[in-house]
Amino acid sequence: MSDNTAPLLEIRDLSVQFPSPHGWLTVVDKVSFNVGRNDIVCVVGESGSGKSVTMQAAVGLVQPKGGRITSGSVRFDGQELVGMGNRQINRIRGNDIGFIFQEPMSSLNPAYTVGEQIAEVVRRHRGASRADAWKRAVEALDRVHIASASSRAAEYPHQFSGGMRQRVMIAMAIACDPKLLIADEPTTALDVTIQARILELLRELQRDSGMSVLFITHDLGVVADIARYVVVMYGAQVVEAAPVDDLFGAPRHPYTSGLLGAMPQVALERGHDPIAIPGTVAQAHAWPTGCRFNPRCLYRREGPCTTGALPLTSVDNGLVRCALTEELRPILGRATMVPA
Amino acid sequence: MSAKPCLRVENLHVTYDVGSTGFMGARRKLHAVNDVSMEIAAGETLGLVGESGSGKSTAGLAILRLIDVASGTVRLGETDVAGASRAELRALRKRMQMVFQDPYSSLNPSMTVAQLLEEPLVVHADVPKDERRSMVGRMLESVGLHAGYAVRYPHEFSGGQRQRIAIARAMMLHPELVVLDEPVSALDVSTQSQILNLLKKIQGDSGTAFLLVAHDLSVVRLMSPRVAVMYLGEIVETGPSGRVYDEPAHPYTAALISAVPFPDPERQRTAHRIILGGDLPSPMSPPSGCRFRTRCPFVMEICSKEAPPKVAIEGGGMASCHLHAHGPKLGGRSLVGFMKDRALVTVE
Amino acid sequence: MSATTIVAAPAVSLPPVSTFFQRFCKNRTALAAAIILLIIVLIAIFAPYIAPHDPARSSLRNILKAPGSVYWLGSDDLGRDVASRLMFASRLSLVASLQAVAIALVIGMPLGLISGYVGGWVDTIISRCNDALMSFPALILAVVIVGLMGPSLTNAMTAIGLVYAPRIMRVVRGSTLSVREEVYVRAARATGCSDARIITRHVLPNVTGPLVVQATVLMGQALLAEAGLSFLGLGTQPPEASWGAMLGTAFPYMAQSPVPTIAAGVVISVTVLCFNLIGDGIRDSVGRMRRSGD
Repeated sequence: MSDNTAPLLEIRDLSVQFPSPHGWLTVVDKVSFNVGRNDIVCVVGESGSGKSVTMQAAVGLVQPKGGRITSGSVRFDGQELVGMGNRQINRIRGNDIGFIFQEPMSSLNPAYTVGEQIAEVVRRHRGASRADAWKRAVEALDRVHIASASSRAAEYPHQFSGGMRQRVMIAMAIACDPKLLIADEPTTALDVTIQARILELLRELQRDSGMSVLFITHDLGVVADIARYVVVMYGAQVVEAAPVDDLFGAPRHPYTSGLLGAMPQVALERGHDPIAIPGTVAQAHAWPTGCRFNPRCLYRREGPCTTGALPLTSVDNGLVRCALTEELRPILGRATMVPA
Repeated sequence: MSAKPCLRVENLHVTYDVGSTGFMGARRKLHAVNDVSMEIAAGETLGLVGESGSGKSTAGLAILRLIDVASGTVRLGETDVAGASRAELRALRKRMQMVFQDPYSSLNPSMTVAQLLEEPLVVHADVPKDERRSMVGRMLESVGLHAGYAVRYPHEFSGGQRQRIAIARAMMLHPELVVLDEPVSALDVSTQSQILNLLKKIQGDSGTAFLLVAHDLSVVRLMSPRVAVMYLGEIVETGPSGRVYDEPAHPYTAALISAVPFPDPERQRTAHRIILGGDLPSPMSPPSGCRFRTRCPFVMEICSKEAPPKVAIEGGGMASCHLHAHGPKLGGRSLVGFMKDRALVTVE
Repeated sequence: MSATTIVAAPAVSLPPVSTFFQRFCKNRTALAAAIILLIIVLIAIFAPYIAPHDPARSSLRNILKAPGSVYWLGSDDLGRDVASRLMFASRLSLVASLQAVAIALVIGMPLGLISGYVGGWVDTIISRCNDALMSFPALILAVVIVGLMGPSLTNAMTAIGLVYAPRIMRVVRGSTLSVREEVYVRAARATGCSDARIITRHVLPNVTGPLVVQATVLMGQALLAEAGLSFLGLGTQPPEASWGAMLGTAFPYMAQSPVPTIAAGVVISVTVLCFNLIGDGIRDSVGRMRRSGD
């Protein structure tokens, strides 16, 4: 039933609410994007941008946390996931969709060996025999370059270092050869030298298996390293989406260009102090009217930026949610990687 | 560097007791900071860079005597910190302060901003109440917050605002030295540079010396003229941050810089990168000779036998590496040049 | 960056709404218990104005009367109005348990703070003594102490207070151990605060949550213990009346006139239950409480 020309994951107008002392808050607001086959898509945003909730909602993980999906659809490989029964969606999670999270330690059960835990996933989804599942677990550990995988499979999570645990998590996620790997800030808790190796590993696994990767992060450096297509979120909405070279070469949204300008590395390159984005991240209980970024925007104009919700419009190769796109085109384009 | 250092650290050692090995085993010591020396001039910033397990935060805490010093000297101006008695130390705290990484846990949730900021004044200086109030107001405004926020509690603020409060608290007594322990790494990307710029401004106004502990070399490069790089409890390289950033002389520094992804996809695809193999060795039993040798792409025979000497580097500073002492491998070139010539992109 | 952080994210520049009381009031059971307890306290305070009869005036003509319009809950073996006596007895019972809990707090709280904060051999000594005390059944220990000091309500409640001090100490020590590791305690040390200031200003305010819960639950238990000791004749001495003493005097006449016994028993049970429910309510509300504007 899967159609190989359609995108693997198609998120359309997805909205999610969570309860709070201020009533139901919309923490994901009509988010749409696709993850193609054999593609790596990064969703980038700060805390409260809704990037993680979007992913959780897509695979049915917000209801157990007290949230609700108020609109939208999520089609994965031809099947609608929103409203799908727990039983069915459980068959997809861990099998067709693998997960890696930020905290590798809390995602592993300290009472079982890593081999047992990976084999368990394989047995549950593939109905393999104990021996076969174990063999697959060792293979998976080998694929993530854990040396002497067959003996290390019999070790417990605490015997692995942080970076190695993340490898184990990746091994578990890919043990069933998923079509889609969702990685939620998988390198945020790791040191940069370890992060470099994990990113390298993910790239290699993707290239070899042809699976798609949906990568969630707050770090534009990581995005530039791994993504092919980037979705930038701010204030529960997608504010910009474009192929990675377009996004970094010519950001179309003041937020994207502001994030870049605020990075110490970029400031060093350009030879000036980082240009801070003023103010604080918008909060779900008090979205600004009009453009949600407008109180912090350098180019804010009363009127077009402050009245009415803005649509996501198509510009060049990407999409942008900004009232002043055409005006800002030369300004933002110049303010990018080229040293002043 | 000026003749009168604000902080002088010599041969600092910090050890932790890590309990016994098994039943009735001997007590073992973990050498978290090993023979660290540094100097910071008045009003200067020194960056201390390293990854987790490098001992950089431990060194910062030990310099402020928030944890015990095993041996070595720490002098703040003319005063001995490492050997100070409890009473002397409490008085010394007026002159040296700290800003912690996580502003969500470093501010007492049961105190108002006014109480938090007044506390240093109450503890160290006999300032009348209404004067304290106005000092708090002025300090809040100088860190970019409304004076009216004084009546609020920490949970009413965002991470960046909380870090401003923490900075204000540290600056209340105009200390000579502030240790900044990863002051921006817990903050949202868009607010990090606000805090960095604020720190720069505050230093310009107050002339306070900063010891900036961070894992991100680009943050350190922005903030401080000099940098020291730590690996497994030891300083492996020091120097002017421009030189260290552009021409790292120690393979670990080079790896650290090349591992940080740059927000430019084109460059990420083509850059020469050193990807370190292996894991950080246990500080309980560090490798013999050079501590970095187990992960070093340039490892030589001598590295396991002798501890590397401190070699002065052209352009300023030093590096503890045999590559510079035993020249054949480098042939007079800088490490970066050496890597480029060999197109060295090392995979584990 | 999980969904939960978004919901719990600190609300910037918001009026401090979601406070402890709002949460507590959402807990219907605890709220009901608090209202009942409030009524009992009000009755205790205004007993002289509410009570239909003089609680001490005996009337030999009206011994062991059944409940009716004159004696709402009947009369006791000396012809005193049971309802009025219960109202006045509530003063003694509540004040007595308050006294016991206060003594427990005064002894247990500083020991717990010191034990948890200082640690080392100080902690070992205090904790071992504590464990030893807690291994005795509370009421037996109280009986022994009253036996040594002589029967009186003050002695009985002092004894109960001493017996409960280790429980307070244990709760405070436990919370102190975790608060001690908080970064803001280290930050206070970096600021140059003395240990005494750190304990009073930084540790104590942040252990009050569990402490209040424990104290509330102990109020109920102290009430029960007072009733037990008074029932045995070791607490309240005649002609004073507490609920436990009333239970003791009414019990021998249970066969002829069951109402006074039952009434005293019901009042004791309801009050103890209220304290426990309030304790639970506070615990649940404190757990998620971000201290604000208190």
